[in-house]
Amino acid sequence: MTSTRKIRVLIAKPGLDGHDRGAKVIARSLRDAGMEVIYTGLRQTPEKIVFAALQEDVDAIGLSVLSGAHMRLFGRVLELMKQHQLEDILLFGGGIIPTEDVARLKQMGVAQIFLPGTTTEEVIEFLQKSIKPKA
Amino acid sequence: MPTDRRTAEQLTRKKEWEEGILKQALEYLPEREIPFTTVSGKEIAPLYTEEDLQGWDSNRDLGFPGEFPYTRGIHPSMYRSRLWTMRLFSGFGTPEDTNSRFKYLLASGQTGLSVAFDLPTLMGIDSDNPLAEGEVGKCGVAIDTLEDMEILFDGIPLADVTTSMTINAPAAILFAMYVALAQKQGADIRKISGTIQNDILKEYIAQKEWIYPPRPSMRLVIDSFKFCAEYVPRWNSISISGYHIREAGSTAVQELAFTLRDGIEYVQWAIDAGMNVDEFAPRLSFFFDSHNDFFEEIAKFRAARRTWARVMRDRFHAKNERSWLCRFHTQTAGCTLTAQQPYNNIIRIAIQALAAVLGGTQSLHTTSLDEALSLPTEMGAQIALRTQQIIAHESGADNTVDPLGGSYFVERLTNEMEQDANDYFRRIDEMGGMVAAIERGFPQREIQEASYRYQRALEAKKKIVVGVNEFATEKDYVVPIQEIGEDVAEHQKARLAKVNRQRDNRRVSALLHELRETAKTDRNLLPVMVEAVKEYATLGEICDALKEVFGIYQEPNF
Repeated sequence: MTSTRKIRVLIAKPGLDGHDRGAKVIARSLRDAGMEVIYTGLRQTPEKIVFAALQEDVDAIGLSVLSGAHMRLFGRVLELMKQHQLEDILLFGGGIIPTEDVARLKQMGVAQIFLPGTTTEEVIEFLQKSIKPKA
Repeated sequence: MPTDRRTAEQLTRKKEWEEGILKQALEYLPEREIPFTTVSGKEIAPLYTEEDLQGWDSNRDLGFPGEFPYTRGIHPSMYRSRLWTMRLFSGFGTPEDTNSRFKYLLASGQTGLSVAFDLPTLMGIDSDNPLAEGEVGKCGVAIDTLEDMEILFDGIPLADVTTSMTINAPAAILFAMYVALAQKQGADIRKISGTIQNDILKEYIAQKEWIYPPRPSMRLVIDSFKFCAEYVPRWNSISISGYHIREAGSTAVQELAFTLRDGIEYVQWAIDAGMNVDEFAPRLSFFFDSHNDFFEEIAKFRAARRTWARVMRDRFHAKNERSWLCRFHTQTAGCTLTAQQPYNNIIRIAIQALAAVLGGTQSLHTTSLDEALSLPTEMGAQIALRTQQIIAHESGADNTVDPLGGSYFVERLTNEMEQDANDYFRRIDEMGGMVAAIERGFPQREIQEASYRYQRALEAKKKIVVGVNEFATEKDYVVPIQEIGEDVAEHQKARLAKVNRQRDNRRVSALLHELRETAKTDRNLLPVMVEAVKEYATLGEICDALKEVFGIYQEPNF
């Protein structure tokens, strides 16, 4: 017998940046949309984030970066996901990220980058469309 | 009394108008079906008249500029005598990069410096720490040792400029570096002037760049108050900041109330530590956000001055009139800038800057149009500075003091702001003060709620952001952006390694030991910090030494 479970999302703030307004609004909106959300809190290393994703068996990881360190932080998370064979987890993100870097991040394997002005509805729809809940 | 009779006549006239001409007009052309609220969600009436100011006394509540309660401004002649200081916050990459931006800004007519530090520096860690990976020089300039400060201010005599440094958790250490550098340059530290932000409470509330728990952090703040009072009397030892509270999503009232209540907390702690209020209060300064809602912001600035003056005189019984003054810096609201149609941001910044000027600010940072995309480019920074110069020299806003004083609407809003701030003060007092309220997560939760409400309002289009949820276009004009390469980190690490090789390591260890021992007593930490930075102890070493005594802060979940 199979029962569909709720979409599980890890929202994380990697690096030293403390601007968590966006991460918190997204976490709450996804929760209000019926998803299970784990928010890591501030200043998580990529190692801790990927470990938490593994532990919590999530469908998606959302990273919020406003500090300009996005290339390095997303890159490191992707590398660790590959190492732990977690490529089936959807990696997305948001923050202050120049458009050229958005293209580069997508090439590297980031599913979507949401820029300032995105509605929470767009993020919810994106996750609902991209994630097939595991049995 | 004639005024009562006038008010009664006014009331009758207003009723006649509402039931007569207004009603007819609305039948023909009803009001638009939108909420008439400020950006903070405050309801605004269709018209303000004398009846909205019942109980308001112009002598008591408005007064004259330069006189208690300073509603109209802290100086009698305001901008007719001296324009506000045009101070653009800048810092990126290596100290060399920022040094040349400083020189460019000074050459363009800027009148004060303002240093932005990178995240590792704000968190008290050195450029070679693994946690600093990818962040060195990104959001500001990287400072590890006194040598970096020497390069940052190369060719800029500290005796001749005023410098504002946006630094909080490790503020005392960066200030110690500045003092040490001034002494090396041969400046008299009794005469140097500037500001350290040093406002740790708003870090727990909003900005979240903390190191130690609140109570030992408050001790560092009070140590710097004492050190400044004794040795660097013209230095502003704190800039009590609402900016970050607002940017984290608070309302205008919350920004005003939490900032001033933080101020009350610092004053109380300094008094409890044995200081006389008039010894340090004249050096307290404030820092506010200037958001989109023009009149709400002007009212907020005016209410800040009046509320603070009353707090200082009536709650703390300060005698020196300078202790009553709410002197403040303003920055236009970075969070209102849009990545979409970025050139529109120039207009937003101009409106916000004008509100700050009409609100009587002492200094102003205008953000750059490109800040929703990257750090400001030189072009972005220049337009931002020109915006202030146009207001100062072309708009006429400098001609008279407090041009909106006496406006029914602005005075009414000012009154409401003060009342609402006082309500928050009462609630926080009942919790046992701001440190206790922060430990309970009270201001943090209030801001989270407000920011969520605003996001909902945007998505329901109850609030419009031009170019984002309305009037969007497929194709945006492209603005150039500022990129910071990874070579900054390599450059910093190499210099740090060189400094560490060349210094007297035995002397550094001895001073770090002395620092830890001092931290265990109630002796002032600043003098030993100044000694340690002169020997090129690194920022990270000093912060780590204090962590051993003070511990580190973990944010509770709320």
